[in-house]
Amino acid sequence: MKALISSQQRRAKIYARIFVTAAFAVLGLSLLVLVLLFADLVMQGLPRLSTAFLTSFPSRFPEQAGILSAWVGSLCVVLLCMLFAIPVGIATAVYLEEYMNKSWYNSWIEICLGNLAGVPSIIYGLMALGLFVYQFDLGASVLTAGLTLSLLVLPIVIVSARESIRNVPDNLKEAAYALGASKLQMLRHHQIPYAQSGIFTGVILSLSRALGETAPLLTIGALTFIAFLPQTPFQDTFPWINFNWLGDPYTVLPIQLFNWTSRPQTEFHQNAAAASLILVTLTVLLNLTAIVLRNRSRRKYQW
Amino acid sequence: MRSPFKRALEFVVERLLGLAATLSVGITFGILFILFREAIPFFEHVTLKEFFLDTQWSPLFSPARYGIVPLLVGTLVTTLIACTFAIPAGIMVALLLSEYVPNRVRVWLKPIIELLAAIPSVVFGYFALLVVTPFLQKLIPELQGFNRLSAGLVLGLLILPYMASLAEDAFKSVPRSLREASYALGANRFTTAFGVVVPASFSGLSSAAILAISRALGETMVVAIAAGMLPSMSLNPLEPSATVTAYIVQVSLGDLPHQSIGYQSIFAAGLMLSLVTFSLNIVAHRIKLRRMERSDG
Repeated sequence: MKALISSQQRRAKIYARIFVTAAFAVLGLSLLVLVLLFADLVMQGLPRLSTAFLTSFPSRFPEQAGILSAWVGSLCVVLLCMLFAIPVGIATAVYLEEYMNKSWYNSWIEICLGNLAGVPSIIYGLMALGLFVYQFDLGASVLTAGLTLSLLVLPIVIVSARESIRNVPDNLKEAAYALGASKLQMLRHHQIPYAQSGIFTGVILSLSRALGETAPLLTIGALTFIAFLPQTPFQDTFPWINFNWLGDPYTVLPIQLFNWTSRPQTEFHQNAAAASLILVTLTVLLNLTAIVLRNRSRRKYQW
Repeated sequence: MRSPFKRALEFVVERLLGLAATLSVGITFGILFILFREAIPFFEHVTLKEFFLDTQWSPLFSPARYGIVPLLVGTLVTTLIACTFAIPAGIMVALLLSEYVPNRVRVWLKPIIELLAAIPSVVFGYFALLVVTPFLQKLIPELQGFNRLSAGLVLGLLILPYMASLAEDAFKSVPRSLREASYALGANRFTTAFGVVVPASFSGLSSAAILAISRALGETMVVAIAAGMLPSMSLNPLEPSATVTAYIVQVSLGDLPHQSIGYQSIFAAGLMLSLVTFSLNIVAHRIKLRRMERSDG
């Protein structure tokens, strides 16, 4: 009996060792591959990074090409996307957590929301092609791109905002009600401020996603070669600001990078590496901020 | 008593918030509606029989052939390669994180894995085409410049963090008491992990695997960049092939007139893709719901 148990235990121990080794090997290998990716980007791309690279338009000549129109385009599109996705996302989250009662309609909202998070991004692009580009006749413009990306990141904003709103303890809400606050006052002065760092985390994550998204913008006709910037929103005459830039064609960083990657010449591949380096640095920094913020807020509020 | 204005404000705000929430229903139906509307003219031109049974896809050339099967084959082969790697690897990493490593290691490992998910897919595409393929060509000389193997492997790397975090959620939902019961019977960590935690989270793991598959099916940039644009019926991972998503990208890069058959064909392809991913997501959701009901009771 004793021998039996100990032989079983010995076998379990061997299996355990095999498993742990294999799991660490898988993890290590994946991380190693990513380190290699980063090293390759740095080696290929770093020599190309210069102010000229940031301030030049794309060109047929790889050594003169830059990402000016790409980063300006990315900035405009992502800004517009956030302008739309943040209010709608937070409003949806507040409704779902605080106002929703269990009716058939609200369970539809839940189901649709769950589904939207799993829709491939290129499908959003096709939808936007049919709806924004042709139905609403917005064309391949900054506005179309911003709207498309905002639909795409909406589930991310909603899910994280819901979670942080839900995590605000009930006794804080009840305290507000006990002092005579209305529901709206309670939300405005208590629940949303307390949930704000969680909401902000979700916003940063969605920003990072919007920045790197390529496929849906390709289907709605982002151009790969743009040698001009959107029109400036400022003007000399009243009302000193205009929104003509919303209708301008654009390109974004990931699309510029896609274009350079798919060209045969190695010089363009170096440009692609340089653009990737910038893009990856931005998205990784954004996600890092989100992670740090989340950990800090967890420590700050010990409900 | 509150002033009527304030009461009206409360009402208006509630309605506005409800309207925002309705948008997600609107988008879901909008997607299906637009895909169907734009794809229906395609199916007036092409019979369903041709669409599903023909083995050639060349809507933009003459003679035009409209068999979706080659695109599906390409999608399935790359997804299979990706998931063969990512599903077991994701489960292993998740098990390591949730059952093995001490807390101080986990607080470092978990963010690193989350950061992997931050890398844009187009960068993974660059990596597959310009780093992984040349490297693999040294090992397998007959590997072509565009191939499914490196696209599939890099795709696996891309969905690994996603799979790992879903699997970890599944493991986390296993009640602590089950683990403690196992330890109380004298089991070690390995026996607890594989004898108790994995079987108890089986439905959660299946739901996670389905979501990962659905993600791999719909991923676009890696396959569009690294797997090539040539529709092919071959199953050989060393050869190039177009996937459903890569075809949509290929057509979008050209300037196709609205209402042309090429334009309609990307909606037909997109409709196929979204019907498949929609159903997979619903199945995954159902499995998860059933698990939650069971563990409640």
